[in-house]
Amino acid sequence: MSSHPEKASAFLTDEPRAHWHDQSVWFVRVKRDRQAKMIPEWEQLRETAAGIKSHTISRMAEYLEEFEKNATANGIHVHWARDAAEHNEIVYRILADHAVTRLVKSKSMLTEECDMNPYLEERGIEVVDTDLGERIMQFLHQPPSHIVMPAIHLKREEIGELFHIKLGTTKGASDPNYLTEAARGHLREKFLAAQAGLTGVNFAIAETGGVVVCTNEGNADMGTSLPPLHIACMGVEKIIPGTHELGVFLRLLARSATGQPVTTYTSHFHGPVRDGEMHVVIVDNGRSAILNSKEHRRILSCIRCAACANTCPVYRRSGGYSYDYTIPGPIGSLLAPLRDLRKYSTLPYACSLCSSCTDVCPVKIDLHHELYTMRQEVVKQGILPLHKRIAMAAMRWVMSVPWAYRMAGKLMRWLVPRLPRALVYSKLNTWGRQRELPPMPKKSFRELLKEERS
Amino acid sequence: MPTVGLFIPCYVDQLYPQVGLATLHILKSLGLNVEFPEEQTCCGQPMANIGCTSDAEPLAKRFLHIFGGYEHVIAPSGSCVSMVRNHYEQFLSGQPGFEHLRSNTFELCEYLVDIARVSRVDGEFAHRVGLHMSCHGLRELGLASDTERMVPPFNKVRGLLSQLRGIDLKELSRPDECCGFGGTFAITEEAVSSLMGRDRIADHENAGVEVLTGFDMSCLMHLDGLIQRAHKPMRVMHVAQILENARLS
Amino acid sequence: MSSRDSILRDLRRNAPTLSPLPTVPAGVEYDDPQRQFEEVFTSVGGRCVHVPDAAALKAQVASLDVYANARTIASLVDAIDSRNLDPATIADPHQLADVDVAVLPAEFGVAENGAVWIPGSALGPNRAVFVIAQYLVIVLNASEIVSNMHQAYERVQIERPGFGLFLSGPSKTADIEQSLVIGAHGARSCTLFLVGSP
Repeated sequence: MSSHPEKASAFLTDEPRAHWHDQSVWFVRVKRDRQAKMIPEWEQLRETAAGIKSHTISRMAEYLEEFEKNATANGIHVHWARDAAEHNEIVYRILADHAVTRLVKSKSMLTEECDMNPYLEERGIEVVDTDLGERIMQFLHQPPSHIVMPAIHLKREEIGELFHIKLGTTKGASDPNYLTEAARGHLREKFLAAQAGLTGVNFAIAETGGVVVCTNEGNADMGTSLPPLHIACMGVEKIIPGTHELGVFLRLLARSATGQPVTTYTSHFHGPVRDGEMHVVIVDNGRSAILNSKEHRRILSCIRCAACANTCPVYRRSGGYSYDYTIPGPIGSLLAPLRDLRKYSTLPYACSLCSSCTDVCPVKIDLHHELYTMRQEVVKQGILPLHKRIAMAAMRWVMSVPWAYRMAGKLMRWLVPRLPRALVYSKLNTWGRQRELPPMPKKSFRELLKEERS
Repeated sequence: MPTVGLFIPCYVDQLYPQVGLATLHILKSLGLNVEFPEEQTCCGQPMANIGCTSDAEPLAKRFLHIFGGYEHVIAPSGSCVSMVRNHYEQFLSGQPGFEHLRSNTFELCEYLVDIARVSRVDGEFAHRVGLHMSCHGLRELGLASDTERMVPPFNKVRGLLSQLRGIDLKELSRPDECCGFGGTFAITEEAVSSLMGRDRIADHENAGVEVLTGFDMSCLMHLDGLIQRAHKPMRVMHVAQILENARLS
Repeated sequence: MSSRDSILRDLRRNAPTLSPLPTVPAGVEYDDPQRQFEEVFTSVGGRCVHVPDAAALKAQVASLDVYANARTIASLVDAIDSRNLDPATIADPHQLADVDVAVLPAEFGVAENGAVWIPGSALGPNRAVFVIAQYLVIVLNASEIVSNMHQAYERVQIERPGFGLFLSGPSKTADIEQSLVIGAHGARSCTLFLVGSP
């Protein structure tokens, strides 16, 4: 079982660093607000996006079939993968068929979900992540801590040290411009030497049979315009009806994700390069099962912008690794338990139910409400620890019996001031670790009311 | 005159009785016929928030039974009122009296502004005040516009407080970030909860706040706990306690 | 049963009741789309230059530092000369690796986000030219600027099969401590020439 509170606690032992992480990520939220303010119809746009996704989710099979037909007519090979294992097999087979040993990859959370990199590497394929943040994490053999800004938790000095070892940059150099220049040179070699490029998919357009990939760096484009083979991997939920709908999402995506009006490159792939081949792998891996859940099917609307993580006061103060899942933050706290409720049972509780996430989500997923109902699943499946269930049952009894409630309250108010401080603030008192207990008044409200009346 | 059922959350009843009294006095000063049904205990939010719906349900039913007959139900708490308006549906849908209860349970400030139509707050509070906009009241009850959504700004609570003579309402750098109480979250994720609270306090401190106020005593209890542990001079007061001495009309 | 069939079967079986497709809103309309476009384009690290006509364009481009100092130039714009390379005759995109400057035509611009639409057919036989070049020069008619993305997609003609992109400024990253660096894997700078009047 993965414990968010334990990992969060560990993250917080370095409080200045936790503050720095919080401020860095909060800054992205601030940029998002600035951009959103510039669009007078922002809230209407969100509503429209939510409606498009709801509609699309209710006709996913039809739209995917339309996509397949149109993509095939564009010369794109369309594959279908039931689960992560099949996805990896299909990607490997395509690469093996083309004798590829050097693959460049642009960001794809789906391939992280499927654990694709090690699968390919075990079979002799060099996989180079070309998104700068992802490449940094690849060098470190660690997963990304944020889906849009994979290395947000690292300081420039740490990256400088890493690049000194891996790329031969000057020891101690930490200027982001210098380090990025070094990465540019290094990855340019990889792009030029690559035999295939693999990308994720931001949006798959049913009407035209193409896929859209958004980047700021240009790595998806370098990786797919030089080698002759392009493989694009997508979850079934990435499908949208047509280009008109695409416009709505593109207006929301970058503004929500990074506080930019749009990413530098918004590439529309409707076929391979000249004399090349393009493949699209459509992946289920549990999504059709989520579709079946009335409470949680709205999660399939997610466009992976991470606005929810950026605004989440808990994510900002616990970091991506506390979630122990490909995707952290509020949406991750729903996706992970849907995959493995027992392992990720602490994630729906890694939340104060502030609902800030719900209000920034560009597709208006009711995130805080889903986190609330996910907790009910944890309890229904008998996963909530026994002592908590007992405590709740006890509280229910006390609150159902007014005299018991009044007695308990009176006892607490009488006893606590009389106990030695060391006992009150023992290790068992979690509240008391950093907080004083509230002062225990002599009389309760109802007692004072009685007095006032007489 | 309409009969108002006064709902005093369990922790306010036991730990912050003055807030309950202040609420009562304010409502009576408006000439309202206020009743405090003795049988009340708790709205069931702690159990519901942890996911123990079978433990929350009997309390929801109890609540309907006790408060169902009132014209309006008023509580000095955003989160408890949100429980009734937004989360009781699961337990009480279709039950007689529930629709009325759901539409007529109010947090104190929204009642004053929307129902009692208080337009004048005649009083004094010459202090530097920081207003904490608790999440449930803010986002689930709509007591104010939040910074996340691009809507015309409004704030019902601020509208009341700003009329007090001498009050200096300070601007915060993060006007509506969560304080970290979150119910059982305060215990289960203690480290994050405490840091969130300390960050809120630092924001108020940096703004020069003397009195930290809000409409949810649970948030204030958590913040006050941190303030007291750190021996800071900041005072914590519920808005009812600030408005109690003013004349509302 | 193939994976395809079982996935489609499950998606159909689990689908909720059909909910209607909403109409896309009209979107923000600017009084001066060109000015808005320029403001945004500049804010994302690009540079806008006004020229009255093709002759002025030719002169101004020639005087650009990056153009003047370039060894190899790939121009897909008739009015501007290539140098040391003819993009139309390049068979292998890898041969574009040394391109210093690529000069590309844009079909239209979008004011709300400073993006220009470049269809694949405008890139010549190797679409890599737009991302592999060290510096980009874009040529756009000043009158061809729409206000928002909804209007943009009314105009976009998706070439099938083919490629097309919205390009907004030079490449960049903020992956290191959120510190903005202009010039990631694509162009290090992007100078856009607005030709004529709006």
